[in-house]
This record gives sequence, C-alpha cells and structure tokens, in this order.
Amino acid sequence: MPKIWTIVDKEWAEVFKNRLVLFTVIFMPILFTALPLLMVAIGGSQADIGDVTDLPASYQEMCGDLTGSACFTLMMVNQFLLLFMMMPLIIPVTIAAYSIVGEKTTHCLEPLLATPITTAELLIGKSLAALIPGVLVTWLSFGVFAVISYMLVQSPELLRRILDPMWIIAIGLVGPLLALAGINVTLMVSSRVSDPRTAEQVSMMLVLPLLGIFFAQIVGVLMVNAQIMQLAAIILVAIDAGLVSLGVRVFQRETILTKWK
Amino acid sequence: MIHTENLTKKFGDRTAVEALTLDVREGEVFGFLGPNGAGKTTTVRMLTTLIGPTSGTAVVNGFRVGQNDTDIRRCTGILTETPGMYDRLSAEKNLTIFANLYEVADVKGQVEKYLRLLGLWDRRADLVGNFSKGMKQKLAICRALLHEPALVFLDEPTSGLDPEAARLVRDFIEEIKTQGRTIFLCTHNLDEADRLCDRIGVMKQRLITVDTPTNLRQKLYGRKVVFHLRQADDALLARVRALPFIKDAQRVDNKLVLGLDDPETHNPVLVRLLVEAGADIQFVGELRHSLEDVYLSLVGSTDKAD
Repeated sequence: MPKIWTIVDKEWAEVFKNRLVLFTVIFMPILFTALPLLMVAIGGSQADIGDVTDLPASYQEMCGDLTGSACFTLMMVNQFLLLFMMMPLIIPVTIAAYSIVGEKTTHCLEPLLATPITTAELLIGKSLAALIPGVLVTWLSFGVFAVISYMLVQSPELLRRILDPMWIIAIGLVGPLLALAGINVTLMVSSRVSDPRTAEQVSMMLVLPLLGIFFAQIVGVLMVNAQIMQLAAIILVAIDAGLVSLGVRVFQRETILTKWK
Repeated sequence: MIHTENLTKKFGDRTAVEALTLDVREGEVFGFLGPNGAGKTTTVRMLTTLIGPTSGTAVVNGFRVGQNDTDIRRCTGILTETPGMYDRLSAEKNLTIFANLYEVADVKGQVEKYLRLLGLWDRRADLVGNFSKGMKQKLAICRALLHEPALVFLDEPTSGLDPEAARLVRDFIEEIKTQGRTIFLCTHNLDEADRLCDRIGVMKQRLITVDTPTNLRQKLYGRKVVFHLRQADDALLARVRALPFIKDAQRVDNKLVLGLDDPETHNPVLVRLLVEAGADIQFVGELRHSLEDVYLSLVGSTDKAD
C-alpha cells in the first residue's frame, strides 16, 4: 500500500504541472457546473410558458404536476446534468494519458520497474492518481450545483426533481465506473502509442455513448431515469471487470518494457 | 554474486542472448563488453528481473531469477543506459520517490547522503529538467545506490558525458568499489573498462571470453619488451634470437621487440647479453596492447567465424 501512495504522490506532483491537465481539471468543472446553473437561473426568471400538457408525452410523464415552465427548466437542467457524468471520465483520461506516456517519453519506466514495486501496485497507483481527482472534482461540482440550485429554485417540487436520487446513482456510481473504464482503456492504448494526445483521443471514444444519451434526451427519444442508471451501473461493473482483467494481461512487465516504444 | 547457466533470451526468431554461462564474484567490478546489439542490455534486464529468460537459469545474490524477483530487485541497483528522471520534479523529490519504492528505512537521511556525496545537495530543490546531462547522470547514480544494494548494474555510465563529468563518475565508481559492492559495468569505453574492471567478459550474443584485462592481453599477444638501442643490427638480433626463452624477436630501426613469457626474469639476462655484445641500451620498456586491440581482435574473430 505505501508504494501505491508513492506512485499516486508522484503522479500528482508531476501531472498537475502539466498546463493542459491543470486546465482540464480547473476549467471543465467550472463550465460544467455553470451550464446547468444557468438553466436553473433562466428557468426561474421565465414567465409561465403554459401547461405541461403542451410538452411531449415523455416530458409529461417525467414532470407530473409541475407547471409548464418548471417542467421545461427540469428538462433543460437534466440535459446538462449528464455533463457531470462526463466529467469523471474526461479528467482521469486526460491525467492517465499524460502519466502513462510520460513514463515512456522520459525513459523512467525501466528504473521504476527495477524497484520492488509489483505491476499491480504500479497500475493501481496510476489508476487511483487519475481517478481520485476526477471523481472528487465531480462530486464537489455537483455539491456546488446542488447548493446554488437550492438557493435559486423557488418551487420545492422542482428542486426535489432536480436533485433526484437518480443523479446520486449517476454521479456517485456511474460516473466513477465510467472513469475506471476510461482509465483502463487509456492504459491499454498507452501501451501501443507514444503520444499522449493519441491515447487521450482514442480513450475519449467512451464519451460517445454519453453524448448519444445527451442528444436522445434533447429530441425526447430517451428520458434518463433511475432504472436506466441502475442498468448502466450494472453493465459498467461488468465492462470494468473485463477491462481490468484485460489490462492486467496486457501490462505484463516484460511487455511494457519491450513493446512500449 | 551472479551465476548464470545457459541463460538464453529470444525475441521471436531472433536470439538476443545465447546460452550465457557466467560467474561474477562478490566485490569485483565486472566489465561487460560487446558491440551494439550484442545482448548486453538484455542480459542486464534478465539479471534485474525486468524481463524473463527464454531458457536457462540465473541466480543473483542467492536469489533465483523468475522465482525471487522482488528479492533480487531489493538487493540490486540499476543505472539504465538512458537514465530517465522526472524532469518536472526536484532532485530531492525524484530520489525520495525511489527511496520509498525501494523501501528505504531512513528516506531523508539516505537522500541527503547521496545528494551530498555527488555534490548535488545545493541543487536539491531545483527541477531536474534544468540539470545538465552530467548532473542527471549523477542523480541517476544516486538513485541506483539509495537502498545500498549489494550489486549495482551500470549501463554505459559515462556515455555522452564531458571528460570532467565522466572522470567524476569513474572516480565515484572506484569509490563504491572500495565499499565492497559488486559492480556489473556495461561499457563501450574500453579505457574505462581497463581502468575499473577486475575482470572482463566479451559478449556477442554468446560469451566469447572472460578474464582479467592483463590476462586477455597476454593470451592474445603474449608479453613484449622493447629495447631501444643506440644502434641495432641483424647480427645482434640473431644473437638474441638464439636464446631459448625468446618467443619471437623483431628489429624495428634501432629497437629490438622481443616476445617473452617472463620479462621480470629474462630482462636482466638480456641486458647483460646486449651490453656484452657492445650494444648501448638507451631505454627498456614493455609494449602494452590496449584493451581496444584485444576487444577488436576478439569481436573480429567471431565475425569471421560467423
């Protein structure tokens, strides 16, 4: 365990000196928190746009007895709350892409592997170093969003729906599981490329399903709910287990050293 | 300290190291010479458990490669050919990370000891990215020694360094040699190997030979003594050739170049004979072949054999 924390400490000391990583960790949470808050603020200042029955059937089901404008606000906020699920994916992938390829470009890998650290300790250390900041920043951002929403939203019914427990599952569980999948994919991609941007770009493909949900919600094809989030969590647990197992096989000490060019 | 038996490493169809059988004694500086691609780095990687052998066995400090890998890593230090450091971190932070990974008990103390020893203490807070190549090399040597390993692998420790930095590194290797550590030195610098190594192994996929630098010279060229005379002629050469202990004799201008097995015994006899024959002896010296001659001869002979 001390060796894992040594790797985490090293990664953080090094990776946060990279401007792009720092920019991603600071700027993205601010943007992704500001956007749904903006929707909350705009929704609160709007005149009533009519009855909820004027909205598509899928929204009516979601909104129940909310007014038309409150339902519209909820719909818009829900779109942007999906961004909180992307955040723990994008930040760790950015960190992991730089931390892994960095070992290759700086020729530090060989002396590192010559220490008594095990391959599992090394990979766990690197994964945690990427996972923890992404997840913590996401949770902090969601906390800020929740507090400011509480202050801005007048209708207790709307507030209850904005801060639906579904988002606790989504942000508390599905987000970190997505992040873990992203990190594992990044680690594996890193073994085949020598440029952090390539590793990052390939790993970012994992954002695509989330973007799909994002747009499906906008056009009213799909409404994210607790059942979907639970299903996503179960599927992601399976995917993560598969990726971790594959990752351990790919990251054999000799493979890392002789094939990482 | 190191014992290998038919140690072989293949990458696909290519054999990097073939049936290496080698013994490195405790406390010696063992030079490992060979051309590029001879398998030196692969051998070091196998002995430091970074990669596994395809066949054969290796025992390092009593631990078997493939069975006690973590124990081997604990008791060995390695200076890799390209000693990567974390450029965005300070010298002290770099060493602290590795001291923790090597499970050093007194991390602060050891880091300070080696930074002071190699003259980097005043620069400990500086980012390594701002260091010169020589300073980075010194820091990498510190890293290899932090956990006080019994066996140190040094892969091209003076490669690319300016003469002053190279000398400092060489002096430091001599110093750690006096501490009783075993040093496995891969180098292309034959003068360095000649000066530092107790024994030398010449490698080209397989081990060509192992011996002390002096014995290698003697095996290949024998020992030769040069007599500088005021005037030499063929008659004098003939008288010298007639002596039973002369292996070969040549005249080069006014010099006689004589092959001897035991110059310490035979030189006085030769001096007396030459003086009696009326020769004026100006100087007497031993003709030394450089290790480079020996190395090129050994590697060249395997090229012809291949």
